[in-house]
Amino acid sequence: MWQFFHKLGSPKWFYGIATRLMPWLLAAGALLLLSGVVWGLAFAPKDYLQGNSYRIIYIHVPAAFLAQSAYIMMAVAAVVTLVWRMKLADVFVKAVAPVGLWLTFLALFTGAVWGKPTWGTWWVWDARLTSMLILLFLYGGVIALGRAISDEKSAARATAVLVLVGVVNIPIIKYSVEWWNTLHQPATFKLTEKPSMPPEMWVPLLLSVLGLYLIFGWLACIRMQSEILIRESRTRWVRELVMAGRN
Amino acid sequence: MHPIRKKRLTIVLVLLVGISLAVGLITYALRQNINLFYDPTQIASGEAPLDARIRAGGMVEEGSVIRDPNSLKVEFRITDFNRSVPVEYTGILPDLFAEGQGVVAMGRLTPEGRFVADQVLAKHDENYMPPEVAEALEKSSGGQHKAGGMASPVVTQ
Repeated sequence: MWQFFHKLGSPKWFYGIATRLMPWLLAAGALLLLSGVVWGLAFAPKDYLQGNSYRIIYIHVPAAFLAQSAYIMMAVAAVVTLVWRMKLADVFVKAVAPVGLWLTFLALFTGAVWGKPTWGTWWVWDARLTSMLILLFLYGGVIALGRAISDEKSAARATAVLVLVGVVNIPIIKYSVEWWNTLHQPATFKLTEKPSMPPEMWVPLLLSVLGLYLIFGWLACIRMQSEILIRESRTRWVRELVMAGRN
Repeated sequence: MHPIRKKRLTIVLVLLVGISLAVGLITYALRQNINLFYDPTQIASGEAPLDARIRAGGMVEEGSVIRDPNSLKVEFRITDFNRSVPVEYTGILPDLFAEGQGVVAMGRLTPEGRFVADQVLAKHDENYMPPEVAEALEKSSGGQHKAGGMASPVVTQ
């Protein structure tokens, strides 16, 4: 177990694993995401109340789900950075933050587009929407702080602390619809209960969530690889890799 | 585990607990401001302020909607199945507005306890189903079960 942990800390080892993993992540992710989204947008039955406009759920929910999952993963990496000083953990935070930012933006944007025809407004300052907006700002803050500090080690520690401070927002987002009166409806999927939609509606949703997870993994790999190449550009293995690529 | 790492881990955990406590206390103190709307029970019992723009949320009571034939004026009552509040509104209602559906209205409370809204938003619940299923549900319950609206009555605090 510890040996694996130490191996994982080696950028070179991770680079190799990622190269082998990426085609699978992309292929399986694209397949799942495409089938889920096409099924949801074109073939799933329409809703009795909202008609076709509810279909944006097949983009809104995966984006919102991943935006929060990505932040939790970043928080785990932040703990690893602070406690074990593992370089790769910081590479992960740096690589994933912009992806999380765009996922959060996508969730907010699709939410606004969905809100206009159903609620009658693009935006309302309820707890769910506001806490999601705070998540967007947290991602922005993590990116900005990482870039503002030129020393790599100080930047890693500072962003790790910020990521950890921000992680309290995640349970707030999750439970906002239960703790307070909000315009946003409670979650359709709960861990302990059956989803409150029939299978022909939730199966495509599940497919697109899983697909987006894999695509996220692919994006994380590709972005971490390029970050590793930049950071390790002076090492022998990177030079050898680049030379081999040229021939 | 190495003692230095153990110490760092403790610091991280203390940091997390501290922040959670602080944020928890802040949100608890501000809970009335974080709530998007007052429910009918709160309004009926005088908890909602009279001199401010507030939001009122609840379910549109069955059979309470009266539309003025000559204007866009609408009157209805919102309920949480405990108390209900009369609402008047002039304007275009969202498509999802219907009896038995949840709404959140923004406006002012008159001293007589009427709510004069200048904006009405529709609230929908987390249940989705195909139209055929909804019809079947309604038929089997003899019209008692009006599909839609808020899944459960708003819980009063």
